[in-house]
Amino acid sequence: MIHIIIEGILAYAATVGFGIILNIPRHALNVAGWIGAAGWAVYELIVLKSGPQIPLAQMAIGMLTAGLLIGVLSNWAARVKHMPVILFNIPSLVPLVPGGQAYQVIRNLVTGHGNIALDYLGQVIAIAGMIALGFLLSELLVRITYRLRHALKAK
Amino acid sequence: MDEAQLVMDTALLAGQILLANGSEIARVEDTMQRIADNAGYRYANIFVLLTGITMSLPDGESTQVRPIHSRTIDLEKVAQVNTLSRQFASDEIDLPTFYQQLRQIEVAVPTFPFWLQELAAIIVSMTLMVAFTGIDAPVKLLFAMLAGGGGYAVFYYVNHELRVRFLSEFLASLVIGFVAYVGIHWLGFTHAAGDAVIIGALMPLVPGVPIMNAFRDTMSGNYLSGPARAVEAVLSVCAIGLGIAIMVSLW
Repeated sequence: MIHIIIEGILAYAATVGFGIILNIPRHALNVAGWIGAAGWAVYELIVLKSGPQIPLAQMAIGMLTAGLLIGVLSNWAARVKHMPVILFNIPSLVPLVPGGQAYQVIRNLVTGHGNIALDYLGQVIAIAGMIALGFLLSELLVRITYRLRHALKAK
Repeated sequence: MDEAQLVMDTALLAGQILLANGSEIARVEDTMQRIADNAGYRYANIFVLLTGITMSLPDGESTQVRPIHSRTIDLEKVAQVNTLSRQFASDEIDLPTFYQQLRQIEVAVPTFPFWLQELAAIIVSMTLMVAFTGIDAPVKLLFAMLAGGGGYAVFYYVNHELRVRFLSEFLASLVIGFVAYVGIHWLGFTHAAGDAVIIGALMPLVPGVPIMNAFRDTMSGNYLSGPARAVEAVLSVCAIGLGIAIMVSLW
């Protein structure tokens, strides 16, 4: 539990930092940070029990859930604060970026370990695809709740 | 200036600011459409690509084009145009004021000072190194700080002073790779620690906006702009990868 809280704080700092680099408005920074922390904490929670070598399937489920959560929270924040949604979802996405794996692809290509590089490339593609899928599902959810709200108002 | 021309100018300027500062295509089209609607010109025709905007009003005789030659990332400007557009929609400001304020956004918008961006890059590097690799020894954190800060400084300088695309990413990753190289050869870091320093320090350079917009544009049916953004993101990543590959091959 302590581990997840620490990871969440790290992700919060990283998200706020990236928000500053992208020059997002000052009063959006804090919310974006919390969304980033929530996304990364959920991912860590899902892969918690798997030890140092995380199985790809578990990693994929973790990324899917994190992407979904970030998507839903960002849409919610955008509606509440009347700001564009990309202010929230781009910085909070950054902790999820498979930077480590992408780096290992290059490293192994250069040092002549082509098949290890291919392994990592597969991971990069799987992770990116899963985050994208998570975002897609979140858009779907947001649209469904929007419709429901309108349908309820009409009655 | 007659009113139709002012509507046109306002919508085009708003679209231009949005597109040149990292907004997704659907938002540009939506905002421009709303401006025309709220000004009383419904059914305006607006066509937005990543590299330019075309707009015509239904009864007007002319069509106007705005090419977008260079794009940077400044989400504060995107947010401000969004706010102004909302104020115009709720009649808090009239059209000439709206236009004037848009002109203001182009020249004067609050940006974070360089030292704060540098600090932000350092924080991103150090926190993500720990989060990704679990390595948190003080010496390695110091190296992540040097590599991340140095890399971002080079990236910022080349982007703002020399304005050469992709060269900035390439040079920054060379610097980052060099710092890790120093750690390995002179301070006896293990290769895993060198990897961790590089992974952390690269994170501020991640092309987050092109990646997200490539996804959003493609999903909203902009099949020309979405893939074009993906090309932008891939070229950035390749430039970073090339720099790192050169340094790693020296290990």
